[in-house]
Amino acid sequence: MGKHVLLIEDEPNIIEAISFLLSRDGWRVDTHSNGVDAVQVVQTKAPDLVVLDVMLPGKSGYDILRELREGAGTADLPVLMLTARGQSRDREMAARFGASRFMTKPFSNAEVLEAVRDLVAP
Amino acid sequence: MPKSTLTGSRIRERRTMLGLRQSQLAQMVQISPSYLNLIEHNRRRIGGKLLGDIAEALGVEQALLSEGAEAALIASLREAAATPLGKAAELDRADEYAGRFPGWAGLTVGAHRRIGELEHIVETLTDRLAHDPHLAASLHEVLSMVTAIRSTAGILADTHEIEPEWRDRFHRNLNEDATRLAEGAQSLVTYLDRAEGGEDHANSPQDEIEAFLRRHGFHFAMLESATDPEPVIAALVEEAGFTSLSAKVLVRALLQRYVADAAQMPLGAALEALGAQDGLDPAGIAAQFGVGLGTAMRRLAMLPPEAWARPVGLVICDASGTMTFRKPIEGFPLPRFGAGCPLWPLYAALGRPMVAQRDEVRQSGRGAGRFVTYSIAEPVGPARFDVPVLTQAHMLIVPSSDIDALAAVDLPDGAGAGGEVGVRQIGVSCRICPTKDCLGRREPSIMSEEF
Repeated sequence: MGKHVLLIEDEPNIIEAISFLLSRDGWRVDTHSNGVDAVQVVQTKAPDLVVLDVMLPGKSGYDILRELREGAGTADLPVLMLTARGQSRDREMAARFGASRFMTKPFSNAEVLEAVRDLVAP
Repeated sequence: MPKSTLTGSRIRERRTMLGLRQSQLAQMVQISPSYLNLIEHNRRRIGGKLLGDIAEALGVEQALLSEGAEAALIASLREAAATPLGKAAELDRADEYAGRFPGWAGLTVGAHRRIGELEHIVETLTDRLAHDPHLAASLHEVLSMVTAIRSTAGILADTHEIEPEWRDRFHRNLNEDATRLAEGAQSLVTYLDRAEGGEDHANSPQDEIEAFLRRHGFHFAMLESATDPEPVIAALVEEAGFTSLSAKVLVRALLQRYVADAAQMPLGAALEALGAQDGLDPAGIAAQFGVGLGTAMRRLAMLPPEAWARPVGLVICDASGTMTFRKPIEGFPLPRFGAGCPLWPLYAALGRPMVAQRDEVRQSGRGAGRFVTYSIAEPVGPARFDVPVLTQAHMLIVPSSDIDALAAVDLPDGAGAGGEVGVRQIGVSCRICPTKDCLGRREPSIMSEEF
């Protein structure tokens, strides 16, 4: 069984494509599409890596990341942030809140795979 | 004889040469004939935008009305040299340059002005990109669709052995995403086209309200004498066709406040009080009617447009500094989204409730005029025990030259473009403010060199 990725994203077809991509690469993929209880889902599922969208319904990805960094069991969890905004301010925010890596949409499949493999060896 | 004394005579001479009546020219530049009469007889100072408007209406260069063309050219060269790009310009030889090479000097000035226009466009677009919620949401939607399509198409192209059910699912997803992308792109283009065409495009309740107020010129004659204003208010709200419930509720409250203000300061008496003043003293007007300064400022800002030589502006904010009412005017832009400049007297007033404050200010950036602002923060509602006091602040914004005209007094030595005594430099909002080393800066400016 491969390493465990939790994908938190609200766009269903992006979820489907990235899930397929990572599964084929040997990852075990769980998905979640709501920001409100995302922190609780991370704590329950205890993945090796979280792929986290910034703009989520209910709660921003930045807020989720901040809460994860404040949590004892998730403070060092690798988190790859995804966003449709690529302004320097967003990159600064992602870095300040402790994102392990930041990717701007639209990204290629190769970029996603490379980033995920860099953060956690499959 | 001061230059400004001749300006009125030149305007009169040029107008009569063109066979224009005073009332016609006054209408063209949106001032009252009586005010134009005072200008033409050199009894009122004139400058800035109004002089530009009159020059345009008369089909002459502004400089021909105010002073010699060469002097205007030299002044413009000096203005261009005052920017960071003009650091190496030989300022002491501007006269020689304009005299020996007027064509090249004109080109320099023209290029300087064009840069100013383009900077203004960049400011506007950047402000929208950064803060316009509709634009941000639309772009996010489009980019999400593009991401889904790119990823799905990549899987279909690169995965050699793919199960038929997955392949069918991805084809279906591609079709869905392509359709949504087309709709999203169309919606975005329509939105940008409408904005470019200058149509009133409202994407928030506040936008809808502002567009509604602008259509009515911030004045509601039908409410001035209505014995039963509620049906009139209801009809106004209905006719406006607001798309959001919030806008309807907020406008109803705003118009009810307008009626209450009008009842305390009836139109005729308010106009008379304003006309009787030598200079502008909102506190005197408030005292005359026995109302608070905030009420007087609202009433003054929403008088018929012809009450003023040029429109006056008004900003109201709540205790958090959030703008709850905006009446922008030329030369004093108000940010469409987000907070204003922390140096605005409006915010200083919040820290000193019930202290009336008069300030002379100039907005940073090119082409910004000089203004006099009148600010006051007052408690909202009656005082009650054991209840926190909420305040709101008003800031009335009047073009400085109009105050001079009302007062008919000379400016102090040193005042004006060359050296402004007691004039505070303020901004619009940090993002588009070029001022360096400002303690109030919240974020980098797109006008800074390092951006």
